This record gives sequence, C-alpha cells and structure tokens, in this order.
Amino acid sequence: MLDIRDLRVNLEDENKEILKGVDLTVDSGKVHAIMGPNGSGKSTLSYVLSGKEGYEVTHGSILLNDSDILEMEPEERAAAGLFLAFQYPVEIPGVGNMTFLRTAVNAQRKARGETEISATDFLKQVRERANSLQIDAEMLKRPVNVGFSGGEKKRNEILQMAMLEPKMCILDETDSGLDVDAMKLVAEGVNSLRDNGRGFLVITHYQRLLDHIKPDVVHIMADGKIVKTGGPELALEVENNGYSDILSEVA
Amino acid sequence: MALEQETFDRIDNAKSQILTQNRGWSQKSRESALSRLSNIGLPNHRDEYWKYTNPAELLTNDLHGLSVANHEEANVFAEVDALKIVFCDGIYRPDLSDEFLSDNMSINRLADEGDLHWAQNYYGTLERNGHTPVARPLAALNTAIASDGVLIHVKGNIDKPVLLLGLQNTQAEATLHHLIKIDPGCSLTLLESGPFATRLNTVMEVFLEKGANFEHVRTQGREHDRWGATHIFSDIKEEAKFKSFTLTANGILTRNECILNLSGDNCVAHVAGASVGDGKTFHHDDTVFITHDAVACESRQVFKKVLRNGATGVFQGKILVKEGAQKTDGYQISQSLLLDDDSQFLAKPELEIYADDVVCSHGSTSGAIDEQALFYLCSRGISKEDATDMLTLAFLAEAVEEIENENVANIIVEKISAWLSRRKN
Repeated sequence: MLDIRDLRVNLEDENKEILKGVDLTVDSGKVHAIMGPNGSGKSTLSYVLSGKEGYEVTHGSILLNDSDILEMEPEERAAAGLFLAFQYPVEIPGVGNMTFLRTAVNAQRKARGETEISATDFLKQVRERANSLQIDAEMLKRPVNVGFSGGEKKRNEILQMAMLEPKMCILDETDSGLDVDAMKLVAEGVNSLRDNGRGFLVITHYQRLLDHIKPDVVHIMADGKIVKTGGPELALEVENNGYSDILSEVA
Repeated sequence: MALEQETFDRIDNAKSQILTQNRGWSQKSRESALSRLSNIGLPNHRDEYWKYTNPAELLTNDLHGLSVANHEEANVFAEVDALKIVFCDGIYRPDLSDEFLSDNMSINRLADEGDLHWAQNYYGTLERNGHTPVARPLAALNTAIASDGVLIHVKGNIDKPVLLLGLQNTQAEATLHHLIKIDPGCSLTLLESGPFATRLNTVMEVFLEKGANFEHVRTQGREHDRWGATHIFSDIKEEAKFKSFTLTANGILTRNECILNLSGDNCVAHVAGASVGDGKTFHHDDTVFITHDAVACESRQVFKKVLRNGATGVFQGKILVKEGAQKTDGYQISQSLLLDDDSQFLAKPELEIYADDVVCSHGSTSGAIDEQALFYLCSRGISKEDATDMLTLAFLAEAVEEIENENVANIIVEKISAWLSRRKN
C-alpha cells in the first residue's frame, strides 16, 4: 500500500534536515503506529506524505500502490487515496462544512473518472456517518471547523475520512486535545473504517490511543529515522519506561 | 489644466442647458443645484476625498470607439419575478418596461414634466443636505442635468421587487436621478442591473418614513469599458430599515458614494459591497458617510474587495455620531483579498463620535489567500484553483450575507463564481 524508501527531507527555508532516511512499508489491512519524542520528525513525515509546501525531498521515494506520489499535487494524492487527519484542523470561515465535504467527494470522484454523487445519496451518507460520530446537523451546517471544540474538530476529520473512503489514512496526533470519551468516539470511528483494503498510519506520542486503535506494527521514530520496529508490546514499553531506554538501547 | 477647462465647460454646458429648457416641476431644484455646483466646482484630485481616485477620469475621457455592452447579459435578475423598468442610453423606455397599475405604488419618470408632481418637494433635497463633510459635486451636477430617472412612491403592499434595468446602444454618457419614497410601514425591494451607459452618473434619493423597509441590490460593471459615479442618499426615519448591497465586477472606474442620515430613533442602515476586479485598469472606490442623529440606531458597513493583476480598491468610510445619538451601534469593516503582489487596497476608515454611550467598531485588513486553509482544502482532493475560488467566495460571504432575499443572494453568488471561472481562461 504505502512504501517509503530512504526518505530524506529538508526544511526548505532553513536547509535543515528533518527526516534522515525513513524506511517504512504499510500493507493494506494493517494499522501501523509511529511513536516518538517531540521533534523526531513524525508530523513532518505526515506533511511530506500529504504534499504540504515548505519541505524539500532530497532523497528517497514514496510509493502509494506503486505510484510515485512525490510527483503529485496534494489534491492528486488525495484522489489517489491518501488522507491526512490533521493534528490541527484548519478553521475556514465562510465555507460550509457540507459544501466542503460534497465538493471534496465529487472532486475526487471526478479525478478518478467516476460520476458525481447525487445530492440525495450524499445527504444520506453524511447523515449516517455523522450520526455514528455524534456530529449533529447544526455542526454540518456551520463553516468548516469554525467554533468547533477540539473534540468536534477531530470528529470532523474522521467524518471527512469516512466520506472520502481513502486507501491510506494517516492520523497525525489525532488524540491530542481529546478527553477519554472523545478519544473513544474517534477511535470507534477509525475502527469502523478498518478493512482489508485500507492501511493506517497512526502518529501519536502516547500509548493510550493505541488501547483503542489496536496497531499491528509499532515504530519508534527518533531524530528523523525509524529506530525500532515491533509489535503492540513496543508501545507498552514506551508507556512504562519512556523513550530514553529505547533510545539508549539503539544508540 | 485640462480638467479645469473641462470643469468650466461642463458647468457652462449645464447652465445653458438648464436656462434654455424648462424642465417643469423640477426646474427650480435644477437651478438651485446648478448654483451649488457653480460654488463648489467639479471635483479635483487635490481634494481630500478624491486623493485615491482621480475624478478627471470620470469627466474627461473620450468615449468614442469603446465597446458597447450587449443586451442579453444586462439583466442578471432575469429569473426573478420583478416589475421591470428599462432605461436605454439614459432614457426611459416604456416599450421595453412592464406595465404597472396599482393604488399601492406610483411609478413615474423624471422626464415627465407635466403638472405639479409630488416629487417636487423631494427632488434634490437629500443631495442638497448631503454635502457634508465634503462637497459632492457630481451629485449636484446630476440633480441639475439628469436626463431621466424613476420616481417611485410606495403607499401600500406590493408583492414583487422593482427592477431597474439599464441598457445601452451607443457609447453614451447617461445621467439618471431616481427618487424613492416609502410611506410608513411599507416595503420595497429594488434591484438594479445592466450597464446603463458607458459613463454613468446616478443619484438615488431614498426617503424612508417611520417603519419603512428598503432593500436594494444592484450589480454593476460587468462590462470592461465603463465608468460610473453613483450616489445614494437616504434619510431614515424611526424604526425604518435601509439595506443596500452592490456587486461590482470589472468596469474601469467606479465610485459609489453612500450618504445616509439616521434621523429617527431605532432605525437600521446596512450598506455592503462586494467587488471583484482584474487588471491595472480596474479601480473601485466605495465612499460612505453615515450620520447617527437619533437614539438607538444601528449602522453596518461591510465592504469586501477581491483584487488581482494590478487592480486598485479604495474604501473611505466614516461614521459620525452626533451629540445625543446615544445607544448607537455602529460597525464598519473593509477588507481586501489581494490575489497577487501587484494589486493595491487603499482604506481610510473614520469615526467621529460626540455621544458618550455608543458602541462603534471598525476594522480594515488587506491580505492574501490563507495558505493553511488552501492546503487543507487541497489535501481533501479539491484542486488549487477550485480551493482558491472557494476561499475567495468565503471571503466575500460576509458582504453577500447582507442580502436578505435568498434567491437574489444565490444569483449574486453565481455571478461571482462566473467571474472567478472566467478569470481562469
């Protein structure tokens, strides 16, 4: 599904290397988690995957289902099936949530040569999926993320994910700013999307999200590299001993 | 200097026009406007309120050889069931206008010089009182020489909007003066569309009696070769509501002045504008002057401009709160979205307050498309172009939301979208 080879990335403005050779393969149907201390390059990886400006890839490759996504614009990556749930979802005054969702769904369909979704089918789907995320009609009518609480913003990200039905989902610190109940709700939303045709990359600081979204593989990232890979037990090790043990072990 | 010569010639022309013709019931008002004009002279680039917009362009340019707008696209409100009043090259055209007969509203033309008319006590009076804090010579010139216009007196319930449609057949100049009087508790929705003329000078005087309701939505500037100077004057009595929205897309130079006097307690006045302009020749100027002269009135100014490829936007807006106008609620926002580095927005917001129990706020900003928002939209599969359009429409939304009639608001949004997509080619 997702194949990252020796990825090296500089911050464009500062000529500073953030990712120093990342290797990562996510197979479809699998959930991978990336954990790591602050400043290890986790969020940078998610931005580079989604095509945000300001980063310069100096080496390596990213393939999504064998297509080189580094050559694609962000919208082309989205149409190819990549989705990033933002750590900080952006507020967009003046753009209605529904309009935004429908425009996005249809833009992707059009890019893939599919027909646009009818207004009634779209409404039905949104209502259904919003309902299970406890997103009410009022929230759907409001401008994108404007005046949403932290939990509402994250649920809205998952709703977008549910509507866009991506192949490869990247969740960037989706647990940040969430209380336990909100985290459960978000995790349920994510779990309901788990299937054999879809891969997940869950970026998080903490083990607790992984209690709810059970990963198949856990990676530890430090100083721009994946330094250790293991099963779910690796996350528990981090929880109990912190990162320093693992980091000194690999150093 | 050319402009001074032009000024002299124009005033002289106006003088001979007025003194040789008799314009019936409006003759006296025209003569007095002429003497106002002689005293103040035509506007000059050195004048405080003409610093950002060169008036010479509104007076001296040669109109020969310029494009003439076609009739098909003139009426953006074609889908709205409205009573149509058509002007062509500055003259009322009964053959193209809808017939109208109702006790609840009288509609006459200014050029009808017949007997004593109700409008004679109103014609030019708001313009006469509207020369503060600065003179508005183009409005005085208009009162003096206006070739035609519509006189609407609303006396009861009317069930559909009135549409003023302006067509042109030649590269003409037109001077139109409209007068609207709405009796206590009555309402009127007035729509305006079309080029009217290559160079247009319009004055609209709006008298709102107690509890009267006026909603005005106009579109202007669709054509490239077009200059316009418009003035809206209104006197708003107690509990009356005034709303005016203007969409300006393209055109060369447009100056819209709006001079509102909130003279009755608890009245409301909203004036809004969305303008979208492309290229170095586009110059759009909104100049607003609102006087609060009564208790507990609300005024709102919302002006948004989208500028690109060297376009210029100007906003001059002033709120004057007179002594005794307590509980005033005044709001003013002027913003520009600059889609490139070449465009410019010049803003002069002013507040002058002589009462001590008021809420007045104003803000003015100038910025580019929000890169974070743009990336967010693109990351969901929306192309950069479409995302930019969405954010541009979102930027204009606060102004468009001032339109109460939803159907009309949708038409305005469609027009803006069409402008945005035309720009892509």
